[in-house]
Amino acid sequence: MSRLLVCRPDYFQIDYEINPWMRRTNAVDPARAIGQWQALMDVLVHDVGAGLEQMRPVQGLPDMVFTANAGVVVGRRALVSRFRYPERQREEAYFERWFREQGYEVLTLDKNLYFEGAGDLLGFPDTWFGGYRQRSDIQAFPRLSEIFQREIIPLELIDTRFYHLDTCFCPLSGGEVLYFPSAFDSYGQAAIAQRLPEDRRLVVPEEEALRFACNAVCIGKQVVIPAACPRTTQLLESRGYRTYAVQLDEFMKSGGAAKCLTLALD
Amino acid sequence: MTASQETVFLQGHIIDSLILAKVLDTILMMGGTFDLQDVKIGATRDAPSQARIVVRAPSSRVLGEILRAIQPHGAAIEREEDCRFEPAPAAGVFPDQFYATTHLPTQIRLDGEWVEVEGLEMDLGICVDPAKARARTVPMGAVTAGELIVTGRDGIRVTPLARPTERDVFGFMESVVSSERPHQPVIADIAQRMQKLRAWHRQGHAGAKVLLAGGPAIVHAGGRDALAWLVDQGYVQVLFCGNALAAHDMEAGLYGTSLGYGLAAGRSVPHGHEHHLRTINRIRAIGSIQEAVRSGVVADGIMAACVRRDVKMVMAGTIRDDGPLPGVLTDSMEAQQAMRAEIHGVGLALLVASTLHAIATGNLLPATIPTVCVDVNPAVPTKLADRGSFQAVGLVMDAASFLIELARELGWRP
Ligand SMILES: NC(=[NH2+])NCCC[C@H](N)C(=O)O
Repeated sequence: MSRLLVCRPDYFQIDYEINPWMRRTNAVDPARAIGQWQALMDVLVHDVGAGLEQMRPVQGLPDMVFTANAGVVVGRRALVSRFRYPERQREEAYFERWFREQGYEVLTLDKNLYFEGAGDLLGFPDTWFGGYRQRSDIQAFPRLSEIFQREIIPLELIDTRFYHLDTCFCPLSGGEVLYFPSAFDSYGQAAIAQRLPEDRRLVVPEEEALRFACNAVCIGKQVVIPAACPRTTQLLESRGYRTYAVQLDEFMKSGGAAKCLTLALD
Repeated sequence: MTASQETVFLQGHIIDSLILAKVLDTILMMGGTFDLQDVKIGATRDAPSQARIVVRAPSSRVLGEILRAIQPHGAAIEREEDCRFEPAPAAGVFPDQFYATTHLPTQIRLDGEWVEVEGLEMDLGICVDPAKARARTVPMGAVTAGELIVTGRDGIRVTPLARPTERDVFGFMESVVSSERPHQPVIADIAQRMQKLRAWHRQGHAGAKVLLAGGPAIVHAGGRDALAWLVDQGYVQVLFCGNALAAHDMEAGLYGTSLGYGLAAGRSVPHGHEHHLRTINRIRAIGSIQEAVRSGVVADGIMAACVRRDVKMVMAGTIRDDGPLPGVLTDSMEAQQAMRAEIHGVGLALLVASTLHAIATGNLLPATIPTVCVDVNPAVPTKLADRGSFQAVGLVMDAASFLIELARELGWRP
C-alpha cells in the first residue's frame, strides 16, 4: 500500500506572496479549503487505496499543507528540504522532527543549497528529473544523485507560474509523463524527449496546465487530478488510467493542488 | 591578455540533460569563448559527469556577465589557489615536484594575484620572488641553491594562443606547406612582415627584431648573396649559426669555393677540401671575424654583412668542428645562454636549413613569436609545427631558393 504524508489545512491562508499565484487580497475561504482537502483525502483513501500519515499543522506556517515540499523519502531515509524563501524556512524544523519521530534516517544538504523536496524531484524507478532555477539549486542534484544512487536530469524551469517541477511535469506509473512543454527551455524539452519517446509524452494544453493538470497524484493505474481538466482526463484514460477529479481551487490560490498536498513515503 | 578569464566547474548529469551544451552555448552567445578541460563522462547512467571550463571574454565586464548567466546552471567558479614553491635543494637542481614550463604565455598566482611569468620558454622551471611579486623562467642548470621554484600544478595558468588577428600566412593553423604547394604567396607574406618589422625596428620599437638561424647549406646551395643582401638591407638583426656556416661563407669569399666546390663553376677544385681549414686558420691568426672584416680580409658575404650591420651573432659549436673559428662557443650551456639572451626582442624567426639550430632555436622561442622553418626535409618543419603554435609556418624547400625568392620579394635585383 502506498503511504502519503499529509497535513490538515487548519492554518492555511495567504499570508505572503512567493509565487505568481499568491495574492494576499485573494483570501482563502477556510471552510471551503478544509472541505476540499477532506474530499481529496477521501478519494485517496477510499478510491485509490492509499494510506495516510498525518502531521500536526502549525499556526503561522500556512504552507505546511504542501507536504510535497517536506523533503524526499526513499526507503527509510528522508532528506529534508531547505526552502529558498524565509517565509517557508521555519517549516524545515517541523518536517525534520516528524521524520525523526517516525524513525527515518534524516539527511540534509549543504546549508547554502536550496532544495524543495518532492516538489522539484520526480521520476521513474531509475531516472529522476530535477526542476531548478525557481526554487531548488541545480547544485543540489549531484549530491542527491550520489545519496540515492539515481540519475537525476536537471530541467530548468523558465516560467514563473510553473515554479516547482510538480506543477508542469508528472511521471506516471506506466512510464509516461504528463507535462507542459513550454515550462521548459529547448534544452530541457530535448532532454525529456531523449529519455521519453513521443508516445510516452502526454502533452497537457496550456489552459489545463494553468488549472494544475500536471499536479496529479498517480498511484498504480489511478490518477487523482484537479477538476476541470477534460483534455488531460481523456489523455490519461486513453492510456488506461482511471481518473478522479477533485476541486482544489482554494489551494490554487497558493499555487498548489493535489500532488503538492501529499508526499510519497515509500 | 589573460585578465578576462575564469575557470568554472560543472558536474552532475550534465550531458543527457544538455546542461553542458546550454552552458557552452551561453558562453558563445554572450561573446565569450571556452576551453573544455578534464571532461569526465560518467561510466554508467547514474554516474555523474564533470567538466572544467575555461571561460574567456574580450573584457572583464563581459566575463562577469557570462559568469552570472551560467552560474544558475551549476557552473561554479573554481576556488583558485596560490601556486606552491620550494627552495632549490642545490645549485643546478630543482625541487622534486618542479613545474616544467611550456612555450605558452603563463601566469602564476602569488598572494591572490596573477603574475605574468617572464622569459617564456619551454622545459624550464619557474623561479619566484614573492616579495617583489615577480616570476621568471630558469633553466635547470642555472638555478642556485635556495631559489624558490614553483612546484605542483595549482595556481598556474597557461593561455593557449589566440588566433593572430593579422590575416597572413601566420594566421592559419595548417602550418606546413608541402613541396607540392606554391611557396610564392607564403614567401610574399613573410616579406611583408619583414618590411613592417624593419620599419618598426628603425622607429625604435621593441620586439621588432628578425632572427635567422641557419646552416651551411645556405652557402652550398647558393643562398649566400641573397642572405648577405638581406642583412645589408637591415632585414636581419640576430644570427644563430655554427662554425660551418661562418667558415663556408668566408671560404667562399677567400677562395670562391664552399667545402672545396667551386661555387661559380660547381665542380671540385684541386685541394679544394682544404680551403675551409685554411680559412679557419687564417681567421684564427687574425683573432676574430670582426677584425677580419674590418681589415678587409673578408670583404663580402654573410659574415661581412653581419659585422658591418652590427648583427648580433651567436655561433654554437658542435662535436667535430674544425678550428673552431674565434667566437664559436664550445660550451653548449654557455651557447644556450647566449642564444636565450638574444631572443629577447625578436618578432620573427627564420629557421633555415639546419636541423640542429632550427630545433634548438625553436625550443627556445615562446609560442607567441611567428616562426618560419625552411628545410628540404619535411621532418624538420613538421617537428616544429607540432609544438602547437598558430604562428609557425613550415616550408619544404631548399634554403637558397627560399632566400633568393625572399630577397627578390624585398627588392633584391642581382
Ligand atoms: N509542490 C508544490 N508545488 N507545492 C506548492 C507550494 C505552494 C507554496 N505557496 C509555495 O509557493 O511554496
